[in-house]
Amino acid sequence: MRKPTFSIGGVHPHDSKISRECRVEPMPLPDSAYIAVAQHIGAPAKPLVAVGDKVKVGQPIAEPGGFVSAFIHASVSGTVKSIAPRADLAGNPVMTIEIAREGDEWMEGIDLSDTLVTEIPDDNKAILDKIRLGGIVGLGGATFPTHVKLSPPPGSKCERLIINGCECEPYLTSDFRCLLEKGEQVVIGAAILKQVLGGVPCTVAIEENKPEAIAHIGEVIARLRKQSPKYDGIEVMVMKMRYPQGGEKQLIDAVMHRQVGSGALPISVGAVVQNVGTALAVYDAVLKNKPLVDNTLTVTGECFPHQANLLVRVGTPLRTILEHLGGIPDEAVKVISGGPMMGKAVANLDAATLKGTSALLLLTEKQTARGEEGPCIRCGKCAEACPMGLEPFLLQKLSRIGDVEALEANAAQDCIECGCCLYSCPANIPLLDIIRLGKADAMKAIRERAAAAKAAAEAAK
Amino acid sequence: MNTIWTTIAIISLIGLVLALVLYLVAEKFKVVEDPRIDDVEKVMPGANCGGCGFAGCRAFAEAAVKAPNLDNNFCPVGGNETMAKVAAILGYEVKEKAPMVAVVRCNGSCANRPTVNTYGGFASCRVKATLYSGDTGCAFGCLGCGDCVAACQFGALSMDPETGLPVVDETKCTACGACTKACPKGLIELRAKGPRGMRVWVDCRNKDKGPAAKKACAAACIGCGICAKTCRHEAITVADNIAYIDYNKCKLCRECIAMCPTGAIHESGFPKPLDKEATKARILERQKKEREAAAAAAKTTEEKKDA
Repeated sequence: MRKPTFSIGGVHPHDSKISRECRVEPMPLPDSAYIAVAQHIGAPAKPLVAVGDKVKVGQPIAEPGGFVSAFIHASVSGTVKSIAPRADLAGNPVMTIEIAREGDEWMEGIDLSDTLVTEIPDDNKAILDKIRLGGIVGLGGATFPTHVKLSPPPGSKCERLIINGCECEPYLTSDFRCLLEKGEQVVIGAAILKQVLGGVPCTVAIEENKPEAIAHIGEVIARLRKQSPKYDGIEVMVMKMRYPQGGEKQLIDAVMHRQVGSGALPISVGAVVQNVGTALAVYDAVLKNKPLVDNTLTVTGECFPHQANLLVRVGTPLRTILEHLGGIPDEAVKVISGGPMMGKAVANLDAATLKGTSALLLLTEKQTARGEEGPCIRCGKCAEACPMGLEPFLLQKLSRIGDVEALEANAAQDCIECGCCLYSCPANIPLLDIIRLGKADAMKAIRERAAAAKAAAEAAK
Repeated sequence: MNTIWTTIAIISLIGLVLALVLYLVAEKFKVVEDPRIDDVEKVMPGANCGGCGFAGCRAFAEAAVKAPNLDNNFCPVGGNETMAKVAAILGYEVKEKAPMVAVVRCNGSCANRPTVNTYGGFASCRVKATLYSGDTGCAFGCLGCGDCVAACQFGALSMDPETGLPVVDETKCTACGACTKACPKGLIELRAKGPRGMRVWVDCRNKDKGPAAKKACAAACIGCGICAKTCRHEAITVADNIAYIDYNKCKLCRECIAMCPTGAIHESGFPKPLDKEATKARILERQKKEREAAAAAAKTTEEKKDA
């Protein structure tokens, strides 16, 4: 039988999962943690602590700054040393809370034992509250606050929960290791999410290149199902390997054969997608009272001798992580935060990890060299590769001339920035780099129009 | 033979009828246009640069004819000369505007601003700005990919390979403002050209606090405010750790340049170079006297109170 996958576009980069055999190891605690207040999509959080305050691990240090926002917790115990702008990995200043570490003292009530809790409480409201207070955000990359995603707007109904274990980005293995080592916790987390969404069926989508994880999760589900009916309706779906399968819209297409419209949310077609890491964080927050203070990070690259999957506290400087693993080899010229397709090059190694940081990838000069840009011959490879059905060759032209109306008409705002076009272009045209500008222009025009319409409606009142 | 004549007659007849139809349609759907629009368009520079805020010279002409006065319509390329002609055609009065020129407010040359990483992506400032803060420690300075040069229709901008910064050719700059919009860091400003081209401006936009700004760039404005205290014309304001000189108030005395500890204030067009040491000594002497006078004045008022 043909394995399911999304219907249009996509590319097949080599998966290069060279760190797949490395067990998740805890990273030694950093001397200082630098915790940014903008770690999620939406409004930055507002600091709750002052310079000189003593904090414990898991103590909330910033509260949500709006509806779409999240709590932020201290990831190390110690003294708040400063609350000031600090350069992020792109070098842009972001308000950051610096904590000088003293020991490792956790807040009371946090269960740090390894005992597996399989009893899921019945009170959905209490669960949602714990997820919100735990500062859980989507760990698949977009860092969208989870409690917001779990509260569908009135009038919309969730029909299926999809746990995203595709990890379609090359090199990344943190989700894979979580599935293997913390499979039970992930499945329990999925069951919690499923219950909050009204007991909808749940699909754990895993790509075919992770057979161990597929077998393990299948076994875990079977085992847990014997214990409680709450685990009924969770199943594993083996996906065909294809990038960007882990994209929210692509995964919904692959699993449910439904297409999310332009500018619409997944809930509009009855889907909620959560990442494996998020399910794990939900388990920790709901059943162990442990807020999101650490996440799994893959440190990898062909030129890097010490491949690793590390459990890293949020706010650990990237330089500290790399030095812990033996430093940056001479051949490495570029450090990327995230995978090679969608990750961002790190301009400032003193920047610290965020909740959504999934990997550090080291690349050599040969791997990062861009070929000389040639003329577009309209071969159509980019249009074929685009998973959103756009025409990148056209969008890049429109972006260059700044024709916002045409960009909007050609749906530049729907670009998910997956990089398939750039990957497939034989002329080495930096399609995505240029389209990103056009997308920003189109989004700005849409936002301005919406704001103007809102103002007009209010004036009419 | 007869066939030929008949053919010619028929074709001529068809032609005449169609011409008549065309004439009648043209008369019926005639667009009445103010002839002054054409006249105004003729005196415009014809650059179609959009510097006036309209789509091109014709759009400007239409707007100028419709407008009740010329206060909001000004062609920066043609300047006062063109506007005088436009005003003559339309019978309006036009206020003279001081000629403007584009000024690059960054002095982060390769020597002043050490590079901390290298960029290998698409050579465009806008693209670069979406990806990160730049190859130096300064998140506010010139990115050096030359979007402003590409935006200039008049060839007035060029990149200096030695400093890595854009240079404005004053003779070619028309102050259309295209470069100010092209720069993602907002470094280019239109400033008054000044008498005989003499002008003074702060050559930095770094909003970081003093030590951070200084670390990133040797020529950064550290927001110390000495220039604002020195200025006797209240032309300088300091906000967000950055000084700004109001060109309408500046009297071109150049005292701020002498006092600036980092050399962040730039001058252009002055015939004589500034003797920084002498000026600084003079200012310090004056300030000392002022302080003494103020102290003496305070003393006398106190004595009066006591009495």
